[in-house]
Amino acid sequence: MGEEQRRDGEALRRVHAALNHGRTAVPARAPGRPRHIRTREAAIGEASGGERGSGLPISITGIGKAYGAFKALDDVSLDVASGEFLTLLGPSGSGKTTLLMVLAGFQRPDCGRIRFGDDDVTLAPPHRRGVGMVFQNYALFPHMDVAGNLGYPLRLRGLGRSEIEERVRRALDMVQLSGLGARQVDQLSGGQRQRVALARAIIFEPRILLMDEPLSALDKKLREEMQIEVRRLHRRLGMTTVYVTHDQREALTMSDRVAVIDKGRFRQVGGPREIYERPGSRFIAEFIGESSFLPVELRGGEAWAGGARLMLSRGVPAMASPLLVLRPEKLRVLAPGEDGAGLNVLRGRVDELVYQGESTLFYVELPGGARIAARQAASASAPALPGVGGEVALALAPADTILVPDDA
Amino acid sequence: MTAATAQGPNAEELRADARRERLVLGALAAPGLLLIGIVALAPIAWLFWLSVRKGDSYTLEHYARLLHSSYAYSLQTTFELTFLVTAICALLGYPLAYLIAQARQRTAAILLLFVLFPVWTSLLVRCYAWLVLLQRRGLVNTWLADAGLIDLPLRLVHNFTGTTIGMVHIMLPFMVLPLYATMRAIDRDYVRAAANLGATPSQAFRHVYVPLSLPGLAAGIIIVFILCLGFYVTPALLGGGRVMTWSMQIERNVTYHSDWGAASALGVVLLAMALAIFWAVGRVIGFNRILGGR
Repeated sequence: MGEEQRRDGEALRRVHAALNHGRTAVPARAPGRPRHIRTREAAIGEASGGERGSGLPISITGIGKAYGAFKALDDVSLDVASGEFLTLLGPSGSGKTTLLMVLAGFQRPDCGRIRFGDDDVTLAPPHRRGVGMVFQNYALFPHMDVAGNLGYPLRLRGLGRSEIEERVRRALDMVQLSGLGARQVDQLSGGQRQRVALARAIIFEPRILLMDEPLSALDKKLREEMQIEVRRLHRRLGMTTVYVTHDQREALTMSDRVAVIDKGRFRQVGGPREIYERPGSRFIAEFIGESSFLPVELRGGEAWAGGARLMLSRGVPAMASPLLVLRPEKLRVLAPGEDGAGLNVLRGRVDELVYQGESTLFYVELPGGARIAARQAASASAPALPGVGGEVALALAPADTILVPDDA
Repeated sequence: MTAATAQGPNAEELRADARRERLVLGALAAPGLLLIGIVALAPIAWLFWLSVRKGDSYTLEHYARLLHSSYAYSLQTTFELTFLVTAICALLGYPLAYLIAQARQRTAAILLLFVLFPVWTSLLVRCYAWLVLLQRRGLVNTWLADAGLIDLPLRLVHNFTGTTIGMVHIMLPFMVLPLYATMRAIDRDYVRAAANLGATPSQAFRHVYVPLSLPGLAAGIIIVFILCLGFYVTPALLGGGRVMTWSMQIERNVTYHSDWGAASALGVVLLAMALAIFWAVGRVIGFNRILGGR
């Protein structure tokens, strides 16, 4: 008896280890396969799902999709690493949702390939892709209660009733909705629906999770809470996640990497810090964060802007018509008498002051007529701001002095 | 009413304004309520009154007569016809409505026009048209004979078959329209979500689409069922006197026997049956899902 159990446990561990390699989520019910094997496999799969690194890498190669003359996706290629949280960020109509629909299998691309791990899924129908998805409006089935919604993917996979109940209970615990299984969908608040949608998308242990602006319907406070929660859940479960949003702050908060997309093409792909601190173009600098731009003149190997010679930490780049990117929070007001040695200094007159609680946003008009925005944290230790019309000197560290090509 | 009475310098003034607003709204609704009273409630009340009167006294005699075998027989015919027509309409109407709901906006508009067009044509014209098509030497029999499928012409009209064919044609739009409206309102993401969770197209359709379209189906069934119960023209024309429905019994009582009491009793029973059907379907599907709202 004891010996037998030990051997069973040993076998289970071996299967478990094997499954951690080539497995694509819990296998959807395939015709002709005996039920008890599926159930067992699924149960084992669940055990492995709790570990980090079980996500499947995604490889997108040369995807194109046109609607008539409009190119929604224009030769898009990208690799998403196993377990990575990648955000597709772009304005509306940029193609980010189309790409997600192609990944989920709801849109057939005109050209290109999609690979999940080693499998080419370009032609696979949605129900065979085994990816979880959170829809923008959640798409919770209104004719089923919460437990019915969560249990549906498990029912499709032929799991037994008691096991479904157990896993639904655990999924509800995971999204902090314990005991709400019998609720109807229309009895839930927006935040609760969001959690149910998330739980339904991950309950069958997919190794890839797709999210289409899942938080856009929530109010600001709840949205920020959910951002952290989704992030934590991702860390815990480790599935490869592709997240679509038009909210740049959300993208920076949540992602390992951000892919900025516009007019069906990737404009820049990189970590949040890199995207924000080292924008590759005016479009990126404008779309992510607040920025003012100053035209830069290149003269004899030196860069001039706003009447000052710029000190650059990386040397003068070779571009046709560079712009200086000024992030409001990177500009520091110099105290009277401070000379700003080793810093780039811009002098001008305060044009407008906007008190915003934690900080004050102010606009400065430079001698040439250009207007730039700056921000000063509300702190008694900061030098006092002059009133409207007063002279002010703004300092910018060479490391924060970024030049970008004008592409917008 | 139960709200605490607010205090304040102008509270009384504001309450008076609220009262005045309620009064104005009530006055605006009055013509409509009056009209409903005159055209709907009063005739029904009168029908009841007639069905329990004989001479100057009250009686249940008219209802007792309905137990007679000729009435029972025509009631059975009415129900057979109604069930059959409703079932065929549902079987034909569901795929048709689904097709239209899945079509693109433009195509859907054209298809919908085809569904609506018969409704705009006279009922009589349509019945006579079926008479022409289905008679012994009609189009259908000629084609079937020419194709070598039959030797003798089929009896397609002046019987139960003909009545059923004609009624299905007339009732189909009433099934398709509520179904189409419901189906069009079903968010595509529900079916997508089902597919994403692992449902084959057929499973997604059965588990998600069909349940969500049920209110439309229920509305269609109720409308068709109730219309069929009291239908007169088509059974009279295409039944050729062989199909005796309750509506024809009513007509007979009034025109041949001038027996308004019996006719009224028949009408009251028919109305009760219609309400019973509505109640039964409502119990299964949920009233507020049928009467709009989700």
